[in-house]
Amino acid sequence: MADEKKPGLFNKGGKLYWLHSSIDAFDTFLRVPGTVTAKGAHVRDGIDLKRVMIMVVIALVPAALFGMYNVGLQTSTLYNLEWGFWHMFFYGLLRMLPLFVVSYVVGLAIEFGSAQIRGEEVNEGYLVTGFLIPLIVPVDVPLWMLALAVAFSVIFVKEVFGGTGMNIWNPALVARAFLFFSYPSSMSGSSVWVSKTWVPELKGIDAISSATPLAIAHDGGLQALDAQYSFMDMFWGFIPGSTGETCVVAILIGAFLLIWTGVASWKIMVSSVAGGLLIGWLGQLAGATELPCYYQLVMGGFLFGSVFMATDPVTAAQTETGKWIYGFLVGALAVVVRLWNPGYMEGMMLAILFMNTMAPLIDHCVVSVHTGRRAKKALTA
Amino acid sequence: MSNNLALKKGLDIPVKGAAAREVIKTVVPDVVAVKPTDYKGLVPRLLVKEGDHVLAGSPVMADKMRPEILFTSPVSGTVSAIVRGEKRKLLAVLVKADGKQEAVDFGAKAPETAADAKQLLLNAGLWGALIQRPYGIMAQPDVTPKAIFVSSFNTAPLAADTDFTLDGELLDIQAGVNLLAKIAPVHLSINKAVEASTLFHKVEGAVLHVVSGKHPAGNVGVQISHIAPIQKGETVWTVSPVLLAAIGHVVNTGKLNLCRKVAVTGPAAEKTGYVVALPGTPVKDLTSVPENVRVIGGDVLTGETLGADGYLGFFQDQVTLIREGYEREWFGWAKPIRTKVHSSSWAYFSWLTPKKKYNMDTNLHGGPRAFVETKCFEDVTPMDIFPIYLIKACLAGDIEKMEKFGIYEVLPEDLALCDYVDPSKNEIQAIIQKGIDLMIKEMA
Repeated sequence: MADEKKPGLFNKGGKLYWLHSSIDAFDTFLRVPGTVTAKGAHVRDGIDLKRVMIMVVIALVPAALFGMYNVGLQTSTLYNLEWGFWHMFFYGLLRMLPLFVVSYVVGLAIEFGSAQIRGEEVNEGYLVTGFLIPLIVPVDVPLWMLALAVAFSVIFVKEVFGGTGMNIWNPALVARAFLFFSYPSSMSGSSVWVSKTWVPELKGIDAISSATPLAIAHDGGLQALDAQYSFMDMFWGFIPGSTGETCVVAILIGAFLLIWTGVASWKIMVSSVAGGLLIGWLGQLAGATELPCYYQLVMGGFLFGSVFMATDPVTAAQTETGKWIYGFLVGALAVVVRLWNPGYMEGMMLAILFMNTMAPLIDHCVVSVHTGRRAKKALTA
Repeated sequence: MSNNLALKKGLDIPVKGAAAREVIKTVVPDVVAVKPTDYKGLVPRLLVKEGDHVLAGSPVMADKMRPEILFTSPVSGTVSAIVRGEKRKLLAVLVKADGKQEAVDFGAKAPETAADAKQLLLNAGLWGALIQRPYGIMAQPDVTPKAIFVSSFNTAPLAADTDFTLDGELLDIQAGVNLLAKIAPVHLSINKAVEASTLFHKVEGAVLHVVSGKHPAGNVGVQISHIAPIQKGETVWTVSPVLLAAIGHVVNTGKLNLCRKVAVTGPAAEKTGYVVALPGTPVKDLTSVPENVRVIGGDVLTGETLGADGYLGFFQDQVTLIREGYEREWFGWAKPIRTKVHSSSWAYFSWLTPKKKYNMDTNLHGGPRAFVETKCFEDVTPMDIFPIYLIKACLAGDIEKMEKFGIYEVLPEDLALCDYVDPSKNEIQAIIQKGIDLMIKEMA
């Protein structure tokens, strides 16, 4: 099929050859390319980046599905709408769809465009980024803002560095950071996390404030938090927050899949959780917070970030020892920001972006120590 | 004395078409080729012309820079053609066999000194069998290596079973070891799986190492990196067990005999098994080649594409036949399960059928991309190096970093599995080779 659609027009020398990156992208999306090995090993593993990326997307699906339900649940609860399960779910689905559409259309358009410019094949990295972004922004974020954030992050964080595999920072997180710093009123505060647009009953009604557990704990401590949300509420995810981040169970299912398939590093996940727990515990000892350390794991984007964002193989540390250090510092730093920062209570985004920046340094140190040891061994040998 | 080396990392690629331990035919070739392209770092100078009569062991070409290194004909007969490629590059000297197999007599005498040993190898055309590391080039006669390493077994996919191919040649192997031991200490590694039964266990005069693990545990380079890592300024030599036996044969009989059992393997081979043949034997004499099938001299990871009209190489004791993978699978990457494609990644389900062998083809199974997943390289590289850093240093052409990250210890074959597992489909072996070529140029 695809070959019949691809006449001489798109082949080398054809009039529309300049479109070959895009044509190839669709063609190879449908069928494995017929390229055979020319040098090096004559046979190759069945794995390719399409498969790797789709695995991450599949791992995100439980969190996304639960998130859609939770979008409806939060609206229904906050405004006393008494919706049924499917009503809640479809409300969330309908609210999320435009976000996914905008994220993918804008992001992929830029990906295709830059692949055309470079004359290379279109990278699959955006399959994941495009899925992540709607899960980490408020549901009611204006679509034009989202489009702007996606464009900024894909162009300036990914393509200028050379595309997937070359970027320094996680593009999805930069999109979120872009929104956070450019449009703080739409991105933070206590009224952005529960959707009310598109509900006819709520036309003209002012948004009711509904703080996230992090904000409640930040202002009122453990008592205020317990009064509103139990630990199990937060564990199962029946709390306001960005769509993907609330349900620990759904995230753990994703984590299991990522670890199982080897796509993401379990070392980063484990050490990030360890770092968060340690600082949470120290913070409790030092009196910076009343919350037990394990609360840090179920609130906000900590776990989602540890599992899906910090583990991005391109922007994380690449050495195995480096991964332990990198993950630990991500978790530790996130909780440090939460506990000792008066203005901004969610530290995960900045912690990961900061550690993305530091990852090459960590790797450099690990590799230097290793080569130093090798050189020493050579001297004594 | 023996030392144990248990390697944990690695991967055995489950290709269909292993050769059963039986000789299916003996080839008496009509024509054999002597190919200068078999030797890395050789600039050949032709010593014969068409119509010249040669014996088995008569020189047909020499190294231009070091004319004492001779390359000899494996058969007696007449030089029938000189094959040249672009810019008159010498590709092969074809010798039409006369069927008498008369051989030059080098004198059946064990050499007493290192100089004698070297001289015999140079005269008999077996010098080329010695590979020098770093860089994997032909050994330099004026160098005394730190040691000489022999890996008695090959863990590459479908590789020839040396215990079968060299069965009965213990005396030759022993003589070969004795000769090399005159030059430098000889280290011989044997496969733990057959430790008790292998004929190599009986070899004396060499330091034995018992090695276990998946591929590339049988790679001599991987073994060296654990036994005595090569440092800057050091050189070691390696020799394959088949050529070691050939060296011993010259010592024992005075005559060059490169005859070997060649494993005909691979899912596309009509008949697998062992064929007794000389290096330079035409592929079509070894096996029939169906349409759209690639004939590889060697294994699927490191072998050379010979083509149906090609000739077996000097170092090769295996040919592998696999289908060219031109067919395009619908929704390949999106299918939950692909029963016909192997993947070492758990993103597919090959792990459910660990014993299954696959009818592999040459399809790349994806398009080339930038590096994304890199841990997969470490998982298949049982050496004390960071493959991705070495690869990137090679790409950047950064000599200092290449040195630091272990370029002296590796040859492309040691990282061949990286080619296989990389989801981004980078040509790791080519990258490493480029790095090595740069090192040779810069350090010369």
